[in-house]
Amino acid sequence: MNEQVKIPRTTPRFSATFDPHTLSEIRRAAATGIYDIRGGGSKRHLPHFDDLLFLGASMSRYPLEGYREKCGTSVTLGTRFAKKPIELKIPITIAGMSFGSLSAQAKEALGRGASLVGTSTTTGDGGMTQEERGHSNILVYQYLPSRYGMNPDDLRKADAIEVVVGQGAKPGGGGMLLGQKISPRVAQMRTLPEGIDQRSSCRHPDWTGPDDLEIKIEELREITDWEKPIYVKVGASRPYYDIALAVKAGADVIVLDGMQGGTAATQEVFIEHVGIPTLAAIRPAVQALQDLGMHRKVQLIVSGGIRNGADVAKALALGADAVSIGTAALVALGDNDPHWESDYEMLGTVAGAYDDWHEGRDPAGITTQDPDLAKRLDPIGAGRRLANFLSVLTLETQTIARAAGKSHVHNLEPEDLVALTVEAAAMAGVPLAGTNWIPGAEKR
Amino acid sequence: MNIRSQTQTKDTADTAFARTIDLDTSSVRELNQFLHDLPRALPPGSNATALRVLNPRGVHAVAAGVDADVTIEIAGDVGYYCGGMNQHATILIDGSAGIGLGENMMSGLIHVRGNASDSLGATAHGGTIIVDGNASGRCGISMKGVDIIVKGSIGPMSAFMAQAGTLAVFGDVGEAFGDSLYEAQLYVRGSVASLGADCIEKPMEEAHRAALYAKLAQQGLAGEVDVGTFRRYGSARTLYHFHVDNAGAY
Repeated sequence: MNEQVKIPRTTPRFSATFDPHTLSEIRRAAATGIYDIRGGGSKRHLPHFDDLLFLGASMSRYPLEGYREKCGTSVTLGTRFAKKPIELKIPITIAGMSFGSLSAQAKEALGRGASLVGTSTTTGDGGMTQEERGHSNILVYQYLPSRYGMNPDDLRKADAIEVVVGQGAKPGGGGMLLGQKISPRVAQMRTLPEGIDQRSSCRHPDWTGPDDLEIKIEELREITDWEKPIYVKVGASRPYYDIALAVKAGADVIVLDGMQGGTAATQEVFIEHVGIPTLAAIRPAVQALQDLGMHRKVQLIVSGGIRNGADVAKALALGADAVSIGTAALVALGDNDPHWESDYEMLGTVAGAYDDWHEGRDPAGITTQDPDLAKRLDPIGAGRRLANFLSVLTLETQTIARAAGKSHVHNLEPEDLVALTVEAAAMAGVPLAGTNWIPGAEKR
Repeated sequence: MNIRSQTQTKDTADTAFARTIDLDTSSVRELNQFLHDLPRALPPGSNATALRVLNPRGVHAVAAGVDADVTIEIAGDVGYYCGGMNQHATILIDGSAGIGLGENMMSGLIHVRGNASDSLGATAHGGTIIVDGNASGRCGISMKGVDIIVKGSIGPMSAFMAQAGTLAVFGDVGEAFGDSLYEAQLYVRGSVASLGADCIEKPMEEAHRAALYAKLAQQGLAGEVDVGTFRRYGSARTLYHFHVDNAGAY
């Protein structure tokens, strides 16, 4: 028995806690001494709309005929105080994204796509460009803490005004647009020197709380002769109280952005560890509106991780009046498209994972101010793709609504939903599938 | 709405804009709608001093969003955001002003004869704001080109992230002056309690004295103070590019 016995070895095993990505981040931080900044929203696994299912009609419910019976999708926003509410053909809007973070071609494409299907786009931190006003039939003008490019002429040109208190990727945080993206035009619009890293404030310069915000909204209404709907956008953190205070401050419409919502640039630690998921935010927000008797009177737009018609339908069923998309809209334009795989590899990443939007080197020409890269995006073709995508979202939403027997997508309701997990059941306030158990319902 | 035409003995163009609006009997909405309905370029020869606002009693958003070459005299104290986003108008306040006076102003003149509260001229892009008394904290916050002249003193965190324009203070300045400053020009005649991150004192040279003198002379204030008694503050520009070595500055 002199034969050498080969002892089997276990395969290499990575720690679930110190997984390869975590190890690489430790090495990166050790080498640079600075936190990681990136674009996009949370990438971690979160309880989300995938954890919900629609029940559909059966013996006790009567469905509508697909492709035959009408299922409405229109939504009116700003019915509380504004003389000129906004009428959208579909309950899906384009979220605020700035010229600066996005190229002019991308902004134009967003406007073209949204206008083709009868919905709105939204400006961002950096003012209103002629391209987006010209190509967006319905344009929401963001009123941000930095007030870059803010002026009364553009305010009057807008169809609605969105006072941004926060966003889901970074509730309580400001922004940082790195110098590579501060082109002469961006610098001029923001009254800043070219090429410097531009910081965006995290709080407004002339109001500090809901009582002040009420007066600020009154001023904006006075400047625009009470014509424009005033939205208030909040990042999801304490939705019940934030929504109640926004109503108190006089909002016509409230935008609630969950932590899956994207940003042009923020610290990774902020994106992944501050705020709550979209799924967890909707019910408390709707509850606040219902407790105040303002549900459907002050409209609620939900954003953060909307990817398909099922997500839209679930958000509406939980009580939203509309949803807003950002990341999905950029992907529809061409962001992270495998067509540019070799370019992504040269940047040390792969198509689908690219998130260094702040560096301005986007191969798809969307999150950049580099004129050569920006030229890669054909705004007409990209706009068509966005319109197609929005149409698909709408058709999918209608498909689900008809299956639940609804003649308008707003007739979807929590009763149409069940949850696959205990967590999702608790967050969404719907029963765990196959049971009548809603965790935490007794405390609501 | 109680808008009184005053008896005029001049030509008819004068009478077109000779008004008194009493906020005891008219609403701010009526006042602002009247102002918004004025054409931006008033007819030649019009009497642009004729609009007088009575009994404001601290109400908000007085003369907000005006876009006309008209002079508005306000007899009393105003609340928040008086003259907000003003374009072209001259607004004279014979009293004190609340938070955000002249916020995001684009052009024109606001002159408050009393004191002003927080966030005077916040994010204002152009025009001039003059305060005969004191202004409170965050004076000139994120200013983007406006000229602000305060004859008294101003509070803490003033000129925070100020991007462009001129802030001249005849009196003293509170803590953290010019924190995270960009390219605004800051002149102070009195003491500065402390400077904010990236704000430093810079040499007051002849060109700066001349520039400040011109700003004051434009408003008829050149004789009130000796520009040689001001000190100048500006951005050290060390925070213009985010770098870990500067983390301690925040």
